[in-house]
Amino acid sequence: MIKINGEEIMLTEIPLTRYLQENGYDPRRIAVECNENIVPKSQFETFILHSGDVVEIVSFVGGG
Amino acid sequence: MMKDTFKLGGKEFSSRFILGSGKYSLELIKAAVENAGAEIITLAVRRTNTKDTENILDYIPDYVTLLPNTSGARTAQEAVRIARMARELGCGNFVKIEIMKDSKYLLPDNVETVKATQILADEGFVVLPYMYPDLYTARELQEAGAVAVMPLASPIGSNKGLATREFIQILIDEIDLPIIVDAGIGKPSQACEAMEMGAAAIMSNTAIATARDIPAMAGAFKDAIIAGRKAYLAGLGRVLERGAEASDPLTGFLRD
Amino acid sequence: MAENQFFIDSEKLSEKALLRKHQLEQDPSCRSDHMAYMEGMEQIDSTIRDRVISEMSSYDYNVYTEADVRRALAGERCTVEDFKALLSPAALPYLEQMAQKAKLETSRHFGNTVYIFTPLYIANYCENYCIYCGFNCYNDIRRKKLNAEEIEKEMRVIAESGIEEILLLTGESRAMSDVQYIGGACKLAAKYFKNVGLEIYPVNTDEYRYLHECGADYVTVFQETYDSDKYETLHLMGHKRVFPYRFDAQERALRGGMRGVGFSALLGLADFRKDALASALHVYYLQRKYPHAEYSLSCPRLRPIINNDKINPLDVHEKELCQVLCAYRIFMPFVGITVSSREQRHFRDGIIKIAATKVSAGVSTGIGDHESKYKGEMNVEIGDEQFEISDDRSFDEMYRDVQEEGLQPVLNDYVYV
Repeated sequence: MIKINGEEIMLTEIPLTRYLQENGYDPRRIAVECNENIVPKSQFETFILHSGDVVEIVSFVGGG
Repeated sequence: MMKDTFKLGGKEFSSRFILGSGKYSLELIKAAVENAGAEIITLAVRRTNTKDTENILDYIPDYVTLLPNTSGARTAQEAVRIARMARELGCGNFVKIEIMKDSKYLLPDNVETVKATQILADEGFVVLPYMYPDLYTARELQEAGAVAVMPLASPIGSNKGLATREFIQILIDEIDLPIIVDAGIGKPSQACEAMEMGAAAIMSNTAIATARDIPAMAGAFKDAIIAGRKAYLAGLGRVLERGAEASDPLTGFLRD
Repeated sequence: MAENQFFIDSEKLSEKALLRKHQLEQDPSCRSDHMAYMEGMEQIDSTIRDRVISEMSSYDYNVYTEADVRRALAGERCTVEDFKALLSPAALPYLEQMAQKAKLETSRHFGNTVYIFTPLYIANYCENYCIYCGFNCYNDIRRKKLNAEEIEKEMRVIAESGIEEILLLTGESRAMSDVQYIGGACKLAAKYFKNVGLEIYPVNTDEYRYLHECGADYVTVFQETYDSDKYETLHLMGHKRVFPYRFDAQERALRGGMRGVGFSALLGLADFRKDALASALHVYYLQRKYPHAEYSLSCPRLRPIINNDKINPLDVHEKELCQVLCAYRIFMPFVGITVSSREQRHFRDGIIKIAATKVSAGVSTGIGDHESKYKGEMNVEIGDEQFEISDDRSFDEMYRDVQEEGLQPVLNDYVYV
């Protein structure tokens, strides 16, 4: 199980890029944090999400 | 005449109006930015909503410096995480620290803010902390490496104006960093007054977002901020005190 | 502009010493670089000197108008620009208004209190040739350094008079009055007084820390003049010649744990308006950097010395001095202002009602003569005075006079924690 943006995904392992692609994320407009550490954009290609990982995918929205 | 600008993190700005982008629709952002003459705009960081096809960045002109905030953070550590994510979004290293542990009044936690400022400044961020106007905290923020200090004028979103006037004045007088009045400014006249006092800039969101005509109000704020700045530079005239009491001369003793 | 004639040759100087003295006076190239630190002098990393000097250099007091002065007087707060206007010649016609405003500020911060203290000179040996000073090493005066027993005797006499705050002074000679010696005096002083201040040659941070541990809480160092070119022509020889080391003394003292620091230019040596500006900005910038500390300003004017009774403060008349003090008070309402016995009684009585918060009493600038002065007993061997004092009121007289002016004399207001 992988926890992504609060949602539990029943997977043991998935390449990050594949997950992003399949779920309609635009990699240019997001930042990814895995277990409270930033995943640099340069590592998106090789980064694998594992069971137990807690992932945040964020972008900019309006704010003051 | 010399150009009147101010600097943050090595960047020079001539507009002294920092515009918030929250609480209004994306289509209005461009017009608001243009009418405001803003060169800095604040943003928040949130979990990506994949249903949205539009991104706020598409509505912000390229010349504008983005100032992501850490809203949503309740501790220094959370603010640090949000700031790092914001930087990873690839729009520069500016960050407005905003840490609130109180969901009722949304007042900033000065202690956590100092901690986050220290960590993020050490990591090379250009840090603008939002804070409750306290002199000791402001000094600590300066020590910690903040490039400006952003005291609140009144509770965030309240549009109540300069409730903390005296304390903001103390920060302006005592702190060598730009003082950017943030939160609670409800009307252009209040923005103008803060600028007359010597604030370096005004940050405003709700006052504009809740106006009937958002772009027009952005323009009104722009003019008020320019007027206040001009008045500050011109040196305010004296206020005649009425009924000042005459007293015995004090200098009659002087000889030679 | 008129100049003072400072050079006096003593008949007692050897031919060699005279030759050296004349050389120093006449040939600038034989004098050391006054901006270079000497061996053993600590250099701290600070930008305050540059800021003060550059503000002072660019200060053109003739550009300020009466309108600037009126604005400064009407304002709720006094900015640096306002202060510059208040120090300018344009403010002189507004002296009474300045005094009224200064009085208001003084009472806001200090109520109607006036602190009374006394200075105690424990040695007058000096290694410097500062051409305006009675202690200078070429001046023919009786030199003396009190030993521990003599110091204690003096302190006992002073303490019996009722004084609770003492300022210990030496001539500036590390060789004759080393830090250990001064530390010893501080320990004795701590026994007899509630508050001990120092006015000695500038020392390093660790030495200030040591002196603080010995009981000293307050360090005063006079820069004399902030115009370094002028400074060079006045301090021809000795450690005091090093301008930047002296400038940073207060900052080292604060880093060494001292509770408060005092500042001043000696008005009359150079352009007094510029010196007054620099003195105040020295305090202003340090206060921003070390906001926990206490700050005080003095405002001595040049006085005649033994063997040269012609020395005078030139264009700094009482009016100008009063202007400087009022401007200080309006610009920095929280700062203590000391007016020494270099000034006459009428002036001190007047200025404590306006701006000054601290006066000395029972003053002797000689060495070891308190007993004779206080008790009328003749002491055979005393050291000569640094300058001629103008107000010789005893502590009791001063206390009574302050009270009669409707003010409250205070002997100390410290709490040790």
